[in-house]
Amino acid sequence: MPKIVFVSDTARTEVFAEVGQSVMQAATAHLVDGIDADCGGHCSCATCHVYVEDGSAALAPADADETDMLECANNPMPCSRLACQIPVTEELEGVVFRVPPR
Amino acid sequence: MRSMVVVGGGHAGAEVVVGLRKAGFEGRVVLVADEDRIPYQRPLLSKSYLSGGTGPDELAIRPERTYADNDIELVLGTRVDSIDRGARRVVLSDGRSLDYEALALAPGGRPRLLPVLAQHGPLDNVHYLRTVADADRLREQWSAGRRLVVIGGGYIGLEVAASARAMGLEVTVVEALPRVLARVTGEVMSSFYAEVHRERGVDLLTGVSVVDAVVVNGAVREMELSDGSWLRCDLVVVGVGLVPNTELAAEAGLAVDDGIVVDEFGVTSDPSIVAAGDCARYPSAQLGGDLVRVESVSNAVEQARVVARSMVGKPVAHTGVPWFWSDQYELKLQMVGLSRDFDDVVVRGDVTERSFSAFYLREGRVIAADVVSRPVDFALARQLVARGQVLERELLSDVDVPLKQLLVTTAVER
Repeated sequence: MPKIVFVSDTARTEVFAEVGQSVMQAATAHLVDGIDADCGGHCSCATCHVYVEDGSAALAPADADETDMLECANNPMPCSRLACQIPVTEELEGVVFRVPPR
Repeated sequence: MRSMVVVGGGHAGAEVVVGLRKAGFEGRVVLVADEDRIPYQRPLLSKSYLSGGTGPDELAIRPERTYADNDIELVLGTRVDSIDRGARRVVLSDGRSLDYEALALAPGGRPRLLPVLAQHGPLDNVHYLRTVADADRLREQWSAGRRLVVIGGGYIGLEVAASARAMGLEVTVVEALPRVLARVTGEVMSSFYAEVHRERGVDLLTGVSVVDAVVVNGAVREMELSDGSWLRCDLVVVGVGLVPNTELAAEAGLAVDDGIVVDEFGVTSDPSIVAAGDCARYPSAQLGGDLVRVESVSNAVEQARVVARSMVGKPVAHTGVPWFWSDQYELKLQMVGLSRDFDDVVVRGDVTERSFSAFYLREGRVIAADVVSRPVDFALARQLVARGQVLERELLSDVDVPLKQLLVTTAVER
């Protein structure tokens, strides 16, 4: 179970994530604020938008659907991802995800 | 100790209990649900759960451990029988009672029964679809080559039809109105989806209803339609709408009108009782405060967050625009807003390419949109509808003008 980190302007949450779930599921299971995941992980709502702050090399790149959806997130940046589209792997140990301000 | 009670284990109830913790509430939180299962994602039941892509263990909204880790008590397989508003206490079906400081009602709804079949009592091969138990029972009879009749051409009916075709069943859909999806969308989408289903081999009958049924040994074998024709069937799925579970609220004397009536903070006619989800009738900001009841996961979840805040005395108004999605075959339909009382429809993209959007306008304002397999359009449509943006139909229909540009242009003008 890799430890991943969610940070925002007001909080820092360290989570032991289960391999096989998504980073979004790891966040909602631990009530990380700002990761709403309204659509349940179907790449349909962009409400699990995160910035990969540290450790982006550990992640597989976004596919076309995700890239499209990210265009509509608030303040997308080159390091933007949808947490529901990132599978948890052992390589994610220590990766820091920033939850964008509302 | 301070105590909050939440009734109903659907999307709304599950989000209320979490919302209470997120809002900093440290007292007792209890979720009472009649189903004997932790809260799960209901929309998948007619989609990937039926077609086999999602297993029972993948349905949970949050893992069971999350509730324990956050001191959220789950009382499953248990109903709330009555509310004693004076004592602020609910009585459960197992005889226990729970005191509350604030009570959230999220009882959802139940499938509307079809009288012509329901008059025979429970039938072995007649199915309604609301719970995992319903879906499991349906899956037991779900095998290639069997003749399925779907009654009702709404989202549930059409999603079941699509899932059934994927599994090789022979499918007939019977819709009483002249077109499918008639209550929820415009003619462009209705005719598009009718064509898609027919192309996939669904026998789609519109403008006819079931008037009689031949029942043999507790199962329907044949049904007569209003045009005098007969349909043979191995199994039947009925998807003709939802009845909100308002009885508990009504018996407690709360204001009820096709739903539990709430204000923009989700508060019922009793200030210590809130309601959220499919059964809540709330004033819509988009419709100038008209009361609406919306059956949508996104709406349930957002209302749940609102009522959790009201329960802890940190109210925020519910202003969100409901959105919906429907997976049929490889197509992803996403809808935002309520497409009622529109005076213009603008289609963007190419219907024949199966990637297009229909925008519904009233007095030039975007009030709703239906989007087929154009996720970027959908995300921007949500913003356009939320703003009630006024747009030129020529710009909106021109795919060479990016939607994002329309949004940005207006933002700058402001």
